[in-house]
Amino acid sequence: MIEDLIPILATTLAAATPLIFAGLGELVTEKSGVINLGVEGMMLVGAIAGFAAALQWGVAGGILAGALAGALVALPFCFLTLSLGANQPATGLALTISGIGLSAFIGQFYVSQSLPGLQPYAIPLLASIPLIGPVFFAQSAVVYLSYVAFVLVAWMLARTRWGLILRAVGESPEAAHAIGYSVIGIRYAATCFGGAMAGIAGAYLSTVYTPLWVQNMTAGRGWIAVALVVFATWKPSRLMLGAYLFGGMTILQLHAQGLGVELPSQLLAAVPYVATILVLVLISRDRKVLRLNLPASLGKPYISGG
Amino acid sequence: MQLLEPRANPSKLMRWAAPPLAIMLTLLAAAAIFVLLGKPPLQAFHVFFIEPLQDANGWSELLLKASPLILIAQGLALGFRARIYNIGAEGQFLMGAICASGVAIYTDGMTSAWILPAMVVAGAIGGGLWGALPAWLKTHYNAEETLTTLMLTYVASYLLSWLVGGPWRDPGGTNFPQSILFSEPAMFAPLFEGLRVNSSVFITVIAVPLFWLFVSKSFMAYQLAVGGEAPAAARYAGFSARRTVWVSLIVSGVTAGIAGASEAAGPVGQLTLSLSPGYGFAAIIVAWVGRLHPIGIVLSGLLLALIYIGGDAAQVSMQLPSAISWLFQGMLLFFLLGADAFVDFRLKRRRAKPRLKDHVNDEEGRA
Repeated sequence: MIEDLIPILATTLAAATPLIFAGLGELVTEKSGVINLGVEGMMLVGAIAGFAAALQWGVAGGILAGALAGALVALPFCFLTLSLGANQPATGLALTISGIGLSAFIGQFYVSQSLPGLQPYAIPLLASIPLIGPVFFAQSAVVYLSYVAFVLVAWMLARTRWGLILRAVGESPEAAHAIGYSVIGIRYAATCFGGAMAGIAGAYLSTVYTPLWVQNMTAGRGWIAVALVVFATWKPSRLMLGAYLFGGMTILQLHAQGLGVELPSQLLAAVPYVATILVLVLISRDRKVLRLNLPASLGKPYISGG
Repeated sequence: MQLLEPRANPSKLMRWAAPPLAIMLTLLAAAAIFVLLGKPPLQAFHVFFIEPLQDANGWSELLLKASPLILIAQGLALGFRARIYNIGAEGQFLMGAICASGVAIYTDGMTSAWILPAMVVAGAIGGGLWGALPAWLKTHYNAEETLTTLMLTYVASYLLSWLVGGPWRDPGGTNFPQSILFSEPAMFAPLFEGLRVNSSVFITVIAVPLFWLFVSKSFMAYQLAVGGEAPAAARYAGFSARRTVWVSLIVSGVTAGIAGASEAAGPVGQLTLSLSPGYGFAAIIVAWVGRLHPIGIVLSGLLLALIYIGGDAAQVSMQLPSAISWLFQGMLLFFLLGADAFVDFRLKRRRAKPRLKDHVNDEEGRA
């Protein structure tokens, strides 16, 4: 029985990986006080850029190109919201709409092509641990990269000076400015980091997970990532938990018919979205928890006097 | 890098100049894209904006597309004024179409003048409920409406795909995921012989002055706007924040639902997977470009409809992908939000020479 679960759990991890990248990126962005609703669009642009680059330079080149493209399309968002103080939710939405258009536009040249994908690589020793080994350590390299990203982000936020500055900017931009930090500069960096991570998430989908380019292939994962950040109450470890939960839901939905669930496949496909609403409700109903963890300046434009 | 400083008073001029400015910038950017693609920009603009309006059919299509955009945007604008960001009008549109189609499918074969009105009401209820759900989640559980409305859009589209692939699939048709073609009593009558524009545009024609009256004359609309502009003042005055949420989301859900019903009972004439050309999302841009003002929305709705038609025309005659109209829509919103910054702010003026008293802060300034 346990052996039967291993492939399901292993594919759960693969399905959770884009949510981890995009979610961690958005988490860092929001920690700096910026809410970027353009994740879905940045993921799509990352997906097509990654796909195009991977045709030439392989998966590694694709992931790198995805990151670069994601960070690049985050720049106009930064300029509008940070330098010009524009409304953040609306600008994020504009970024998503533009990203859908831009990726579909470039993507038309790549519709019928396909990539070989990436073979899983079992890490020696670790992969032979019973249960945990085949689930966590017999994955593709990009999944390992998601572990590294988690450890780095969690460590940076909690233990380093950079993390402290980032949190200070998100909690009290006036105070951070008064000590002499460039609030705008740090927010630019955090938002572009979020873009790069969303780009990696998209590139992973188009070069490893699928591996094809399909218009609108992210199918709302960018929005789910934004919801996961709220669910995680801005904590990286809870974000991982949430991402695996959602990965699991996506995969279970594929196995549901085999497990004897008699619902039609289209309705099962809606389950992750319904679940997103449910977790949002569960976490948001406790206003105190939300208020304690929410970066205090989230979504508020900062225009310094001096 | 800070470029702006606050104005003493918001600029009235910029508030109204921003949309035309954004349109011009979008056209410039579009021209640059056309040049990059090796298409002569003037010819492209001609195909996009002039050719569609050279015959009666073009005008008919313009009205047919502008009507749902304007109707949805009127509802959305009401919420946006109150800072309730319903971005799931697409889902409410689909639910409206689904409920209206349900009426059409189960009354197929009957001939009653009540079928079509019943469909519109069903569409309004479907869309309204799909808007009420996030309102309930917001007022009772504090769940962010941006995310819940959007998630419900995906749920609606899977519901649609299940219905047209299963219980409502045309039993006599091929295996395509689509319902039966609606019979005449379940369709809006065309206004002119041979053109697609139909009597559903009258719904929008009636709705616009109603919204204008509501927004400019009613106390409730004032309460909504105050709730958005100054939540603390609204609380102090005793305006209910909960009611703001309910009204905003239900009204925008109802308008989107009616638009969905009109689309199913109009140009499409059946329930299909590809029923919506993305009107629910485009209407967000329409509302913003129209300054959330009932009359402004009419103008911006016509413009966005033209971009839709131009996109289709460019696809046929210049082999440009129709996705380009999404790109233009996104850019338009980008430029508008950028231009909007200059309503409350102005460019920071460089000081010619640092004065003595500023000396302390000056190291930063010179760097």
